[in-house]
Amino acid sequence: MSVLPQETTVSASSSTATAETRAAKLMKRRSRIRFYEIIVWIAAIAAYFLLPSKMLILTEIAILALFAVSLDLVLGFAGIVSLGHTAFFGLGAYVAGLMAQHYFAEPVTGLIVAGVASGVLGLLTSFLILRGSDLTRLMTTLGIGLMMAEVANQMAWLTGGADGLSGFSPGPILGMFEFDLFGKVGYLYCVGVLFIGTMIMRRIAFSPFGLSLKAIKGNPMRSGMIAVPARKRIVTAYTVAAIFAGMAGALLTQTTSFVSPDVLAFHRSADVLLVLVIGGTGYLYGGIFGAILFTLVKDWLSVITPQYWMFYIGLLLVILVLIGRERLSRWVEYLPERLSKKEDR
Amino acid sequence: MSEIVLETRHLVRRFGAFLATNDVSLKVERGARHALIGPNGAGKTTLINLLTGVLPPSEGQVFLEGEDITSMASFRRVKRGLTRTFQINQLFNDFTPLETVALAIAEREGVGHNLWRSIAGYGKVVDEAAALLARFGLASVMGERTVILPYGKQRLLEIALAFASKPRVLLLDEPAAGVPEDERHEVLQIVSDLPADVTVLLIEHDMDLVFSFANRISVLVAGAVFVEGTVAEISADPRVKAVYLGENA
Repeated sequence: MSVLPQETTVSASSSTATAETRAAKLMKRRSRIRFYEIIVWIAAIAAYFLLPSKMLILTEIAILALFAVSLDLVLGFAGIVSLGHTAFFGLGAYVAGLMAQHYFAEPVTGLIVAGVASGVLGLLTSFLILRGSDLTRLMTTLGIGLMMAEVANQMAWLTGGADGLSGFSPGPILGMFEFDLFGKVGYLYCVGVLFIGTMIMRRIAFSPFGLSLKAIKGNPMRSGMIAVPARKRIVTAYTVAAIFAGMAGALLTQTTSFVSPDVLAFHRSADVLLVLVIGGTGYLYGGIFGAILFTLVKDWLSVITPQYWMFYIGLLLVILVLIGRERLSRWVEYLPERLSKKEDR
Repeated sequence: MSEIVLETRHLVRRFGAFLATNDVSLKVERGARHALIGPNGAGKTTLINLLTGVLPPSEGQVFLEGEDITSMASFRRVKRGLTRTFQINQLFNDFTPLETVALAIAEREGVGHNLWRSIAGYGKVVDEAAALLARFGLASVMGERTVILPYGKQRLLEIALAFASKPRVLLLDEPAAGVPEDERHEVLQIVSDLPADVTVLLIEHDMDLVFSFANRISVLVAGAVFVEGTVAEISADPRVKAVYLGENA
């Protein structure tokens, strides 16, 4: 076999043209909509009609899913591990609560303000995670999360301290759709925000930017040698992820009309990491699949063994990690071809 | 034509007590085909790492086209036209060759920060990636994951990836290592076909390749420049033979 079979046998220009056509096709296929994506969104709508009594847990899933998808952008794409992602979730939750209490009860406005506030915090703290190993990043993000929780606890005049924020109720969405007692409107609102957020992050995933994040994760030394400015990219990704985490927090506040100090608790950071471990990283929908499984398993376990359910969550985690990281990160690829519609080779 | 594009001044790199690079002052002219040879452990790869910013030097300076780049990050050096290949493949295992090369081209064109447009929308980038892959005989595997490609193909991708950045100064760290014997000259041919104003610094063990490719050779021994000269001078130098045949020769 010669290194350059095309050039020696066919004229170079025609083989190049063939390659260009093929390359254009392959690149378009990268970002086409997969079968499982359609299923997810149809299921989300179907659940509204089929499970009217389960709106609260479905809403919880949608919020956790948005939170997890946002973490995937930094963990699954840029390879930045974090144990403090709930700092952004919690800030968003508090900002949305304060907005509704003092300024403006319209939820979408509160959602955007919460997203901006968390984005600013993400931008500021992103500079702390640029250096160091995974362990340093885990500790730094953990530290930021703990500090945020303590700040919220201390600033009782603003946050209500250990009692949290309550006594506010969000107005109708866009001035039109009032939240109902059964949580039906709240569910649709959360699914809508999850859908828009996922679509935005999906677009980012298939952009040159998204590819460069994966390059930074895949081989930092080589990514530098093809001129990828790693730090700048990580700052941007971290900020975008913080925005959506903040929005997830705002959704929780708006659908429950309550902000508990628990929104900044360490277990939330751990939970969302676990969700991604279950769902798989690096393709965004892992956050959604993981949130569904995690919430259902948690709900089921807390019914059959109310006091010891954390034991089984721990067992699940150990088993999942033992099965292997490689398989975890892309389990969708192991689905039958028809289901997963793998990228063509 | 004697414009110096790449220069080091008294470059030193220590690893603990070990002196990997010992006071290297090197000048490479524009358009040169400069080979860096020397026995194993002579510090050739360390020198390339110092030139490209993979390692910081302990002492000394590096200049690219007259500009001091000693403390500049790798990605900025690449933007200024200095890039390299690695002796041991440094690729993105989960990427396809097409994605790998397209990303390098997108970064070169300054569109890598765009987070809203799909790469498929950059027709020129994709076309150029396809043409480059075809040139390196990688067109048939452009959609495979890199990690499953045979070693020879990965090696070609390693070199194609450096080409994607359109360097003005290209550092090749044993590019032919692992490429099957009969394909080596073709790889070097592609390198030789680079425009005359592209400067190439080559590390290679295969003396036939070095003598047919280079017009200037530096011999590195124990981290220091042992001797430097034209191909004719080096190939006739008895000391170089001695270094290669053994310390006692």
